[in-house]
Amino acid sequence: MSIGGAILLIIAVLPFVGALLPGLMIRAGRNVCAISTAVPTFLALTMLIVLAPAVLRGEVIQGEIEWLPQLGLSASFFLDGLGLLFAGMILGVGLLITLYARFYLSGEDPMGQFYTYLLLFQGAMLGIVLSDNILLLLIFWELTSLSSFLLIGFWKHLPEGRQGARMALAVTGGGGLAMIAGMLILGNIVGSYNLTDILQAGDLIRASEWYLPALILILLGAFTKSAQFPFHFWLPHAMAAPTPVSAYLHSATMVKAGVFLMARMWPALAGTDAWFYIVTTTGIVTMVLGALIALFKDDLKALLAFSTVSHLGLLTMLLGFGTQAAAVAAVFHIINHLTFKAALFMTAGIVDHETHTRDIKRLGGLRRLMPITFLIGTVAALSMAGIPLFNGFLSKEMMLEEASHTDWFNSPYAVPIMATIGALLSVAYSLRFIFHVFLGPVRDDYPHKPHDPPFGLWAAPALLTVLVIVIGVAPFLAERVVTAAANAVTGADLQPHLKIWHGVTPALWMSIAAVVGGAALLSQHRLLQKLWIALPRPEAKAIFDRLVAAIVATARAITEVSHNGAISRYLAIFTVTAVGLGWIAYSSSGLSAPTRGLLPVPPVVAVGWIMLIVATVSVVSMHHHRFRALILIGIIGLTISAGFAYLSAPDLALTQISVETVTIMLLLLALHFMPKMTPKESSSGLRLRDGVIALGAGGGVATLAYAFLMRDIETISDYHLANSYEGGGGTNVVNVILVDFRGYDTFGEIIVLGIAGLVIYAIMHALLDGPAARRLKNTDYSQNRSRDRHPMMMVVVTRVLMPIAIVVGLYIFLRGHNQPGGGFVAGLVIAIALLMQYMASGFAWTQARQRIEYHTMIGLGVVIAGLTGAGAWLFGRPFLTSAYTYINLPPIEEFELATAMLFDLGVFLTVLGAVMLMLYSLSRIAGVAGGTVNVGPMDYDPGEPAQDKTER
Amino acid sequence: MELIVASSIGILTAGGVYLLLRLRTFPVILGVALLSYAVNVFLFASGRLAIDQSPILAKYGEASYTDPLPQALVLTAIVISFGMTAVLVMIGLGAYLESDTDRIDIEPEKDDAEAKNERLV
Repeated sequence: MSIGGAILLIIAVLPFVGALLPGLMIRAGRNVCAISTAVPTFLALTMLIVLAPAVLRGEVIQGEIEWLPQLGLSASFFLDGLGLLFAGMILGVGLLITLYARFYLSGEDPMGQFYTYLLLFQGAMLGIVLSDNILLLLIFWELTSLSSFLLIGFWKHLPEGRQGARMALAVTGGGGLAMIAGMLILGNIVGSYNLTDILQAGDLIRASEWYLPALILILLGAFTKSAQFPFHFWLPHAMAAPTPVSAYLHSATMVKAGVFLMARMWPALAGTDAWFYIVTTTGIVTMVLGALIALFKDDLKALLAFSTVSHLGLLTMLLGFGTQAAAVAAVFHIINHLTFKAALFMTAGIVDHETHTRDIKRLGGLRRLMPITFLIGTVAALSMAGIPLFNGFLSKEMMLEEASHTDWFNSPYAVPIMATIGALLSVAYSLRFIFHVFLGPVRDDYPHKPHDPPFGLWAAPALLTVLVIVIGVAPFLAERVVTAAANAVTGADLQPHLKIWHGVTPALWMSIAAVVGGAALLSQHRLLQKLWIALPRPEAKAIFDRLVAAIVATARAITEVSHNGAISRYLAIFTVTAVGLGWIAYSSSGLSAPTRGLLPVPPVVAVGWIMLIVATVSVVSMHHHRFRALILIGIIGLTISAGFAYLSAPDLALTQISVETVTIMLLLLALHFMPKMTPKESSSGLRLRDGVIALGAGGGVATLAYAFLMRDIETISDYHLANSYEGGGGTNVVNVILVDFRGYDTFGEIIVLGIAGLVIYAIMHALLDGPAARRLKNTDYSQNRSRDRHPMMMVVVTRVLMPIAIVVGLYIFLRGHNQPGGGFVAGLVIAIALLMQYMASGFAWTQARQRIEYHTMIGLGVVIAGLTGAGAWLFGRPFLTSAYTYINLPPIEEFELATAMLFDLGVFLTVLGAVMLMLYSLSRIAGVAGGTVNVGPMDYDPGEPAQDKTER
Repeated sequence: MELIVASSIGILTAGGVYLLLRLRTFPVILGVALLSYAVNVFLFASGRLAIDQSPILAKYGEASYTDPLPQALVLTAIVISFGMTAVLVMIGLGAYLESDTDRIDIEPEKDDAEAKNERLV
């Protein structure tokens, strides 16, 4: 990557890094905050200027960081003429806006937040114009929607701000989704997601049968972003944003993103009839409609918003023409529109700031009171009107020239006439901005006495108006930038000459007609406005609101039926759907012939099967008696572990039997505090429904299981069997898989188990601090308590058993690598041994002898397992590579020592810690509920006899 | 044998689903327990059934072994489903102690819904 490429990457990243600053710097004051925003922007702009000469010479600068090359994802950026133009606009205006906002925002506004959002937005915009990868571009595209949402809704206390922000997000975000689909299609056609590849594959794309869907989807994204009819309505509502935001997003950057995209995609998509008719027609309609509405808006910012809509329509139309000269005109107008429109927005902001109103009806005569603002506003508005010697005139002439020889459905007049009408209306509203705000008599009823603002506020628009005049008088100064950008758009080598006087052309006559007509129109404004108000017009916001309300109502109706808060209902829906999908899958493809025979069934197995069936049916039919159901569940668990043992899965049998024991204990402990009976409250209809669903699910699963049991599969286990001893150093393949082949899975699983233990502990703590603790204390559980809380026989037996159980646990742990056993089972066995002490000798007694906290044990286990895995790094191997060796200690036989055993130790500790923490938590609740807690090992419950005595 | 295993999985699933659809926490927990059995056996059976072919490598001679991979996966699944059941039990117990009812249906609170309506406007 060249130095230029590296600089380009830094430019792309700078705003995002800079976004961290203002939020912190606001503590140092508003000026420091503004400066800290300006610095990254300024740096990026400087770097851009460093790169500019090369780009203007026609070079394309590329910078790339590979990310996921398999998916076609890379952080690749490129800078050509078009990117340079837009990046310069984004950064340059960004700098001016930073200055303007410093003086515009009041002391109560959270300025740090504002600047952070602004930089985020700036970064997202830069990303769009610099991305070389369209997937990356899409991410930045959605980021602009999100960050503009934050900016438009910046004044959170204003309902219009919130609604406007939501509407903007819904429309532009929705369009963005459509665009994602379009871009993916495009990427599929070309076979690459790189913009530079796509731009060169224009012929391939236009010939593809997927061209039209891709075009429509991408245009949807561009049209929504650039507020084209019929999506134009969000832009005026976004004017609820602070004026710096409007000036930045809605004149210079975000709304131009759509135009940028059309310009960027021009070589790939333009040049077909579909492109011409969709884009040109949308552009014309938007241009005329926007200008018409703008003429009758009394809110200064609304007027500017609709004029922006109109000018965006103009740009869209020019790009739609599909000719090279039109592309040049579009690029030039992008620059000109930026200068005068940003200046006008800032002027409107100044007027609003000083007079406390934006209502044109309440303004007028500001010329004498605010001469500087008047000067700035007038120059910018005259440029917008397209008056000679201002830059707006030049690009408008070029637009009219192009329009004058464009056929639309075989009509040579449609486009020129509409373009002239658009220009005429544009003149009218521009002049209105001057006449109705600044000229006329000075009034004495302004909401606030106006005067010119401080320099900081008018400096930015003044600079822009200087540009308006400079480009207007000496257009050749902008020629190099326009040429570079236009060449990037068209992919051709053009040498346009920008000049003021083109001779007497049709465009000149159209222009004269527009100015005269516009002035005439404005003189009759009062009359026309009455007519406008009397006319029925569809209110876009109302339609949008009704649409949103309808969508919300539909969503709610569906939710209320399917997701009404009763878990049984959606579990039922879920089960029925799953069974239904299974049925569809089965009936659509059918089954191959079975390849395996049935294994014989010895009588013992048949008996076990009958036991399982009876137990399951009994659990279901007797589940109202909760204790009975629990015992029956125990029978099922034991039968299943016997089944595992019979079917060549000794490890599973061991695990199942110990888990079974722990589960039943846990449920028994919990049941102690819960009702012992489940009331019969389901109607017979409901029971029938559930029965049918259950049988359907059971039948489906049984059929599926039988189907695959009768057929062979290819398995990857041969690898495990072959390498277990050589590579893993163990003969118990299941254990080697757990601690070695799939050690990473196991590592994740012990973490999950540890988390489960901690969750239970946390719930217990939350419970004991809340109303549950009072309820526990006040409920009498003594009726089902044995007087002899800690029977001597049991205490003695458990204590004798304790060392034996621990030895068994250790034995199971140590043999795990070669014989059935391992960390999971050993952990459970020792947990049961400890648990017996709790049951026999009591909570307090056991607790007093506990040396290590269970949390620590969980943590230690995970750390040991993790460190064992990381240890492999020291030898330059991947995480969790295991090693083993054989050791010969004289009295013992030669034995094997593997790092996998250390990993298994981590598993063991975590399992032990988690299980104990769970049971300990439940015992804590028992301790609270019991009131008196035994201290000695075998105390006879002192509470009850004493109570009995007093009662007697 | 295959029929026995398949039918056991089926009946455990049916019982589990039926209990899952009950209206109190405790039967639902029992249902989850039954369903975990069914799922574990189902996963185990995906390695196909074999008798006397434990995946413990024999020291001498050639022997055939059953598929060890499903067993390893099911082993962790058993332990994890225990953890899940335990969390569920604790949540059920907590809900009962806090609210004095072990019903699992939430009565929709009117105020809440209205507040949501207002927020959406």
